[in-house]
Amino acid sequence: MQAFEYASPTTLKEALSLLGERWGEVDVLAGGTDLLSLMKDYVHTPKRVVNIKGIAELGGIRRTPAGLRIGATVTLDELLASPVVRTEYPSLWTAADGVRSPQIRNMGTVGGDLCQRPRCWYFRLGYGLLAQKDGTSLVVNGENKYHAIFGGGPAYFVSASSLGPALVALGAKVRLASASGARELSVEEFFVIPKSDAEREIALRPNEILTEILVPPATGVRNATYEVRHKEALDWPLATASVTLRMKGATVESARVVMGHVAPIPWVAREAERLLAGKTITEEVAEQAGKAAVAGARPLSQNGYKVRLAQVAVKRALLAAARGKA
Amino acid sequence: MSEPNYRWPARDKRRVMGTRVNRIDGPAKVSGRGKYGSDINQPGMLFAALLTCPHAHARVRSVDIKEAQALKGVTAVEVMSGPGTVIQWAGTEVAAVAALTEEIARDAVRRIKVDYEVLSHAVKEEDLKAAGGRSKPAGEVLVGDPDDAFKKADVISEGEYGIPVLQHCCLEPHGQVVMWKGDTIEYWPSTQNVSGIGGDLAQSLSIPAANVHVRQDHVGGGFGSKFSADRWGVVAAKLSKASGGRPVKLFLDRRTELEIAGSRPSGFARIRLGARKDGTIIAWESQSWGTSGPGGGGVAATQLPYVFVNIPNKRVNHTGVITHTGPARAWRAPNHPQASFLTCCAIEDLAAKLNLDPLEVFDRNFQYTARPEVYRAQLRKAAELSEWEKLWHPRGQAGPGPVKRGLGIGVATWGGLGHASDCRTTIHPDGSVEVELGSQDLGTGTRTVIAMVAAETLGLSVGQIQVKIGDNRYPPSGGSGGSTTVGGVAVSTRKSTMNALQKLLEAVAPALGVSADQLEAVDGRIQVRGNPAKSLTWKAACQKLGVKPIVEMGRNDPKNPMGMISQGVGGIQIADVSVDVETGVVKLNRLVAVQDCGLIINPKTAESQVYGACIMSICGALFEERIMCQQTGRFLNADMEFYKLAGIDDIGEIIVHLDITPEHDARGVIGLGEPPVVPGIAAIANAVANAIGVRVPRVPLTPDRVLAALEGRRA
Repeated sequence: MQAFEYASPTTLKEALSLLGERWGEVDVLAGGTDLLSLMKDYVHTPKRVVNIKGIAELGGIRRTPAGLRIGATVTLDELLASPVVRTEYPSLWTAADGVRSPQIRNMGTVGGDLCQRPRCWYFRLGYGLLAQKDGTSLVVNGENKYHAIFGGGPAYFVSASSLGPALVALGAKVRLASASGARELSVEEFFVIPKSDAEREIALRPNEILTEILVPPATGVRNATYEVRHKEALDWPLATASVTLRMKGATVESARVVMGHVAPIPWVAREAERLLAGKTITEEVAEQAGKAAVAGARPLSQNGYKVRLAQVAVKRALLAAARGKA
Repeated sequence: MSEPNYRWPARDKRRVMGTRVNRIDGPAKVSGRGKYGSDINQPGMLFAALLTCPHAHARVRSVDIKEAQALKGVTAVEVMSGPGTVIQWAGTEVAAVAALTEEIARDAVRRIKVDYEVLSHAVKEEDLKAAGGRSKPAGEVLVGDPDDAFKKADVISEGEYGIPVLQHCCLEPHGQVVMWKGDTIEYWPSTQNVSGIGGDLAQSLSIPAANVHVRQDHVGGGFGSKFSADRWGVVAAKLSKASGGRPVKLFLDRRTELEIAGSRPSGFARIRLGARKDGTIIAWESQSWGTSGPGGGGVAATQLPYVFVNIPNKRVNHTGVITHTGPARAWRAPNHPQASFLTCCAIEDLAAKLNLDPLEVFDRNFQYTARPEVYRAQLRKAAELSEWEKLWHPRGQAGPGPVKRGLGIGVATWGGLGHASDCRTTIHPDGSVEVELGSQDLGTGTRTVIAMVAAETLGLSVGQIQVKIGDNRYPPSGGSGGSTTVGGVAVSTRKSTMNALQKLLEAVAPALGVSADQLEAVDGRIQVRGNPAKSLTWKAACQKLGVKPIVEMGRNDPKNPMGMISQGVGGIQIADVSVDVETGVVKLNRLVAVQDCGLIINPKTAESQVYGACIMSICGALFEERIMCQQTGRFLNADMEFYKLAGIDDIGEIIVHLDITPEHDARGVIGLGEPPVVPGIAAIANAVANAIGVRVPRVPLTPDRVLAALEGRRA
């Protein structure tokens, strides 16, 4: 890795003062489970690395009247150890548990999960975020079995975030701080599809730090995540679905259905959401919702199977949510 | 006195051999005290890094190392692929840098400027038709009259099957620490070949083999890929010399390890079987192809049909496909897993076509194998352990629900004759015992087995034997390949310790008032045969040596096995899987492995070998494949993220049954490292076909392939 300057501030203010104005100059280090690989592979070559693990205010999980406040440097392991998360937000808990490496759960953070870079093998080999060579997509013409079936390009990587789909489905927000103040975005808005190699796949600006995640109260909702995994041990899911159902008795008042690992962003299945409103979740309804969720999929040459996997993930997540308690 | 009787003690007389002994280096390994080559650090050590070629096919026009040399902390730069060199695969070493730190070495590598003339490449071989001029047909093997036999057959079953290139993926990458100072080289490699690798390095450097001192306590996996000094060993030595003799550490990074340090050839085949209604095969026809990289290669025509070699009518063709990919190296049972997979899948498909139980069809066709009764007995045992009678169902009749269960069979054969090995035993006057061999323990339990044989012979406990291996100053022992180590070291240790004991008995005999041939070593004593009252403790006996230790040699000569070793084993595995037909995800419930391997010295480490082999088969059946990109010529998943290996949760239950019988025991010691890695992929692939009702033609059995087969199309 390229030599860099290392800073380990203890206050957010100090950390923010150390950031750059352009991507590529400064990287923020939390768990390091992604950043160190990026640096060793020279995909990222920051001049400065700012460690935020020493900033106390970025840690901790706290229940507030507005919901659950999760600090950005809370580790996946801490998230899994939270009884509130386990009982009230099973979709989030399941998604975190899907990171099947104890080492990564021990080091990796909630903020890092949202900010990690895509795993697209062309990107990691240095062909750029959009993996283009001589103006054409290496993904479209190449090896794309793990790539996107939604989004329509020019980005074909899939969002690597494990927690993103669950947080979008739960209506969570992120808080982004910069030296000039802080702003809040929904997690849904936080993820963006880049149109060029110069852009990022998240709405974070180079001079900002993601400081916390705010998840609305889970009263009156059922939520669940289902992951289709090739391996049980550490592996990226092939397709996931996270659902949040606002219930009125046995009837779905409104639904959020979000698929993971199928698009450059957590992909909201609006057709499925519309279909579910006013329904009772049965095997048949779940099946229909799964079909509706993938109706707009545009698979590439080798990833047509992911359409089916996403459909099954939606179905199974809905059935799991329906079995859970509101 | 005549030559001692080296033969193994009778089964009921063995005190140590045949017992379940924990590996003696276990505590060193789990505590971290045991050092692997990559753990070696020497005073003043430098770190080296390689510049590798990003193109699959290119000619080097120029290499400019000036900027790298100028970087502070760089001590030496060596060009490995100079101008004019034609690169044949991505990842080829172009230059190497030694520096004070690994970080400086890596930064320096990035300052080397290479001008390539990029040439056209081809990195895929799955489609034989697309191979064109890269095809190298190996010539036809014709036996009997297959055309006539196919005409007479009641049924003809056809199928196409494929198994991709896999990597060795050694947990400890290839590499070494090396110090070339003055005339001599101190060399700490990661190797399967302690006695031989020094000579290999010396030859490449044109220095006497005697000047290279090799040491290695532990190795983190080799699987057939770590025999030679390799280009990185040679360049590390040169960098050391050029840096004034400072030691240099050069281990491959994970990407380079996967790209260039070993792969297993792919094996694809179209197979036709002609058979009678009862499942007896009368005709075999196959066209196979595969690649081992730039050499073409793949499964040889003589390796099909596998095990069922005596099918009377055969037409076998094989075509090697040249690709611009990292070259193959021997991979645990070279070509056997591929050949077993191709053959056993074809037989299972025949059974399904005839609506017969594959147990019956395999059993019937074992007549075509070298050891029909051994296979039949093993198949019965495997069927019993896998609850075949209860769990098997005709293909595709797994019942309702999205999760389908199925069972499948795979078969194996292997040689495993002990290699040439010399051993030196020293009995010291204080009673301590050293047993020295220039061998290595690949993790198989070689150290433990040596200690057990020595303890058995000397009437001592395992803990009283100091086993010294991993140094080429010890008597030479063969490289660990071909499952040859256990036979080799067991015999040389037996002979050497027995020769030493003979000398001890001669020294002790006067004190006990009998001749040496009336003495025996039992339970830590030297005693008069049949009269334990007349004895000396081991320590007291050794004191009779005065000041001079006994040093005695022993040799295994594979040409004269003396009934102590032999070769030729069989194995049967039955897999039990569950397949989610909505997602295509395959889960292994159970893998039953029945294996014969002659006389078993340590059942515990022997079983451990089989467990490990089964896990490798599960990886190969469900997860592992090299994914090459034709556009870039790159190996896209040269990592441990998308080059997938099973984790503990993916393995299911493994049941190992070592086929221990008086008949097998009488054959002497036979190697076990390789045979159990052969049948698993076939068994798992057949179990999946049985579960879901259709053949998934190619492994690994990934969700995309399983779903495609269910939907009747190719993945």
